[in-house]
Amino acid sequence: MTTTATTPTHPVLAGLGRLIRARETGIAIAIVAVVTLATVLNPSFLFSNDGFRDLLLTPSLLMVVAIGQAIVIITRNVDLSVGSVVGLTAYLTGTLFVQVPGLPIVVVFVAGIALGAVLGLINGALVAFAKVPALVITLGTMYIYRGINVAWTGSDRINASDMPASFRGLGTDTVLGLPVLTLLALVVLVYAAWHLRNLRSGRELYAIGSDPAAAQLYGLRVTRRVLAAFVVSGSAAGLAGVLYAARYGTVSSNAGFGWELEAIGAAVIGGVAIFGGVGTVWGAALGAFLLLTINRALPIIGVDDFWQRAVVGVLIIGAIVLDRIAAQRQHRRLVAQREETR
Amino acid sequence: MQSDTTSATPALELSRVVKSFGAVVALRSGSLRLHDGSIHALIGENGAGKSTLVKIIAGLYRRDGGEFRLRGEEVDFHSTAQSKANGIAVIYQEPTLFPDLSVVENIFMGRQPTGRLGRIDRAAMRAEATEIFERLGVSIDPDRPTDGLSIADQQIIEIAKAISLDASVLVMDEPTAALSGVEVDRLFSVARSLRDEGRALVFISHRFDEVFDLCDTVTVMRDGAHVDTMPIAETTVDDMVRMMVGRDVTEMFPKLPAEIGEEVLAVDGLTQPGVFHDVSFTVHAGEIVGLAGLVGAGRSEVARAVFGVDPYREGTVHVGGAPLPKGRPRAAMARGLALVPEDRRRQGLVLDLPVTRNITLAVRDRLARFGLIWGSRENESARVWASRLEVKTAALDTESGTLSGGNQQKVVLGKWLATDPKVLIVDEPTRGIDVGTKAEVHRLLSQLAQQGIAILMISSELPEVLGMADRVLVMREGRLTGEFKREQATPEAVMLAATADEEPAR
Repeated sequence: MTTTATTPTHPVLAGLGRLIRARETGIAIAIVAVVTLATVLNPSFLFSNDGFRDLLLTPSLLMVVAIGQAIVIITRNVDLSVGSVVGLTAYLTGTLFVQVPGLPIVVVFVAGIALGAVLGLINGALVAFAKVPALVITLGTMYIYRGINVAWTGSDRINASDMPASFRGLGTDTVLGLPVLTLLALVVLVYAAWHLRNLRSGRELYAIGSDPAAAQLYGLRVTRRVLAAFVVSGSAAGLAGVLYAARYGTVSSNAGFGWELEAIGAAVIGGVAIFGGVGTVWGAALGAFLLLTINRALPIIGVDDFWQRAVVGVLIIGAIVLDRIAAQRQHRRLVAQREETR
Repeated sequence: MQSDTTSATPALELSRVVKSFGAVVALRSGSLRLHDGSIHALIGENGAGKSTLVKIIAGLYRRDGGEFRLRGEEVDFHSTAQSKANGIAVIYQEPTLFPDLSVVENIFMGRQPTGRLGRIDRAAMRAEATEIFERLGVSIDPDRPTDGLSIADQQIIEIAKAISLDASVLVMDEPTAALSGVEVDRLFSVARSLRDEGRALVFISHRFDEVFDLCDTVTVMRDGAHVDTMPIAETTVDDMVRMMVGRDVTEMFPKLPAEIGEEVLAVDGLTQPGVFHDVSFTVHAGEIVGLAGLVGAGRSEVARAVFGVDPYREGTVHVGGAPLPKGRPRAAMARGLALVPEDRRRQGLVLDLPVTRNITLAVRDRLARFGLIWGSRENESARVWASRLEVKTAALDTESGTLSGGNQQKVVLGKWLATDPKVLIVDEPTRGIDVGTKAEVHRLLSQLAQQGIAILMISSELPEVLGMADRVLVMREGRLTGEFKREQATPEAVMLAATADEEPAR
């Protein structure tokens, strides 16, 4: 027989306890540590003219992509095509400005997000209806999307001078000391986090990832939700593509190359379980922040070029091992809790 | 007891429902009438079509023919969501919960109470869950994840789900299979209170005492068809068994007299923390030892440890008087041990390979000449066993996966018999096999014992254990809790040893 074993704690204390134990807190501490170390070794890392702005600006695009990726991973799927989607939408953005001078910036944003959504829909439809693992489907579309991009771009490329100054300004402007791009990423983050936590459609994503068969038995609309997750991931990558054009000014056919792996890495570092059902977009966003900040800090700390990628690898494997250990400990604790209350 | 409800509109009615999968007819003519305020038992052997019937009710399968009425109205569910929306809740033998999510979320997933902007009202959700648990007289921490909960607690969560849904029809598919005595009592009192609230319940069980204890009406199924429905008070266990089996029990279990020889397998003090503790027993040549107990009592684990597939920390295994090294299945095979596993489709057979290859799988080394396996030698060897075991297949090069369950089991048996074993361990030898083939498998085991093979038979089907075994061992929660000679082994004694919850002083 089970009897209540929970000792009543004050809700504020309980909340505080959760916050301290949360994965997100650990990542945040790691970020602070990396930034502090880099700044001590080279004060210009944070205190130069652009230091603080770059610190926030660099990870902003990957954060948006990682948020979309996290949502897909939570449903026990994966989206390898996001890097190619970033490339396509970035090039679309530049092309639109070249072809239609004077086009309102809002229209370009809508077009980029819409293209991303369509590409995501293709992924989602193939995964949801063809019942082929997402890893295989999106591996295929990753190459297809990149191929289309290369065929479309050729040896051409978009230059900063092709785009209006007001658009490029988005890439560098700040409001109250915060870069506009970072604020945009934050808006996406806060909304996505709220949606995943508080709406049925958000919670069902966790349920589907936790046990797809059970989700079917519950009568959840699994197909529709998975489809939606891929559309969201595509749209996020589409938005990131538009922002890419604004931030870097030059867009060639390899824009966003390799971002899919960085986005997955960010999500995993941030505590999103690769088998679905667990994790938050906060974690994924912080993971992206940590990943890119470490990349920038390593040369300053004095780590050899050759080792920088290895450090990222260690970070990812470390995160997964940590997850594994934590999950096993939690499982044992939960079993023990049941045993002692029998 | 409800007896005057037969005239009222049934809560749910299935009549002459048909369902087939390709060429296999799972349900020939399934019928079931449920009334409000009643607990209806649905019994039948494995493969009788109960689960298919339940899945049609749940909306997982769509029927091919027949009628399905809910409160007098024709329905046809395409999805589980539809059957839920119509007030039907199904609790499966293995509860299906989301391990990463909290108990509360599991109860309300897909239909959480929402407030402004569609925001989930967590406080309301939690309050309702707490209220339901109070009403059921159980206390489970609503905020903990469901990971790590016992099957019994998981079933309570399933029931809480049904209540929060305000289900008027509740189907429980073998809910007691993995429960201890106390947990069964708790489940039954909950079921009775739900009945008293006017809901219609279906209870599927293999345990007759539970059926008599809990239910008021019983429907018997056999070979995919409805056999009879009657008030529980007007029937006896013998009647039910006869209807379920369709033949006499002695015919089902053709136990042949065998000469019991010397000790072949001796297991002493086998312990693997958390799985089984201090398990000791012996099996003699020509003897069939039944290993009974509930699902999850650790029987298969012991068998796998003896064979060397799973580890054990303490204890010894002797075969023919000499110790057997632990963790080495090849050594076990060389010493004459054979293990026919529980899950023949996944562990016993290579489904994509033909019958021939499967039968010769364990004797490849012996068949090889100059390191190569010759097809002709393989066929020759396989043909012998296929004909001795009467495997019914058009050709021996048929893919094993396409055979019926009974014939697959014969192929697995053939594979191990080809190794000429001294000790044969069979885990649930007749699970999911139709009644006729079951008797054949039993006859075969009996003949093998007669030839002097020592047989350890794990089975969850009590009649099988009682009908076949010379000696019955009972396990509960990883320990041996009873040993009975054939004459002493009554259903009551074995069940008590398998389920009794009080720990003897030790």
